[in-house]
Amino acid sequence: MMPVQQSQGTHDVAVEIGGMPIVLRTQDADFRTLLEDRYVGFVRPSTCAGSFSFDVDVMKPERYVSEQEELKVWLEDGIWRLERGDFRAQWDPRIGRGRILQALSPYAIDSVLRVVHTLIQAPQGGFLLHGASAIRNGRAFLFSGVSGAGKTTISRLAPPDVILLTDEISYIRREGECYRACGTPFAGELARVGENATAPIERLFFLAKGPNNRIDPIETSDALRMLLRNILFFADDSVLVKMVFSSACEFLARVPAFRLTFYPDVRVWDLIQ
Amino acid sequence: MPDTYIARSTAIAARMLGGEMMIMSAVDSTFFTLNEVATVIWQAADGRTPLAEIVEQRVCGEFEVEPEVARRDVEQFVSELSRQGILLVSDQPIAEAKPGTAEAQ
Repeated sequence: MMPVQQSQGTHDVAVEIGGMPIVLRTQDADFRTLLEDRYVGFVRPSTCAGSFSFDVDVMKPERYVSEQEELKVWLEDGIWRLERGDFRAQWDPRIGRGRILQALSPYAIDSVLRVVHTLIQAPQGGFLLHGASAIRNGRAFLFSGVSGAGKTTISRLAPPDVILLTDEISYIRREGECYRACGTPFAGELARVGENATAPIERLFFLAKGPNNRIDPIETSDALRMLLRNILFFADDSVLVKMVFSSACEFLARVPAFRLTFYPDVRVWDLIQ
Repeated sequence: MPDTYIARSTAIAARMLGGEMMIMSAVDSTFFTLNEVATVIWQAADGRTPLAEIVEQRVCGEFEVEPEVARRDVEQFVSELSRQGILLVSDQPIAEAKPGTAEAQ
């Protein structure tokens, strides 16, 4: 496990997902331990600090910090505000800094990181996607779908030569004309942190279970509709909506999308080369 | 009858992809796909060209359709997109949208 910096009772932990380190600064040693356990493979020395950081205050576990049970994200005076029952956070994208008040819970910090990464990626043409992703032969494949579509199933069936990036939330970055998939620690039913690896995206598959394995072409409008449905998107903000729409269109203009119908056994991976 | 003018709302994102015009409302994220004729009307909706002229020159000029049928269909289309907040409709020319706000390019 990577060492973390400790000074004057403060613990800095840099969690790097998608090549974006976010420094989490806390005075709570239990929270530091939680971060190191939760994000194993994604923790970096805080000296590698990037442009983003949060001061984190941990509340007593029995106390809710907000009555807001549903996640709410909104922009106010240039500052993003995030609120749910177990956390309240704010982040200023102009200076890359923010504060989090949360319960001692991995779910709270998971949610904050997911939202912040979507906000970081949106202006750069990247996004987070409900979907599994994996690398085979140096190329990444995305498997997107709603709950029950088969994200965890296809991940579980992956042969040994496949590097699993996630079975739940895929991280897509744009680099010029190329898109890369990056591993995430955001696990689904597989309950396994993805590999912190990255590769250029070869194909996007929309998953469906069926009696046999087949790959079918898909209309662009259908692909866009399904892609938009599965992109993680938290805020009712018109500027952000336009960015996400544009990112989805740009992505589909460069990455071929198909429908992958599969019967849940290992032979489906014969189609994914 | 006064002229009718139509303009694209600034609260949308739109993109031609795979030969189809895709539009998403920035207000409620509603998603639309326009067919070929609807796309022509959409692209002609500059706020300055009267709707009757769009029907005559763009729709009837580019597609094999009777003027009366075209007028009726276009009015129905415009009414639907107006109700969704995607098109603005006025009996006066509509001021040009600010650059970069009307359509994602």
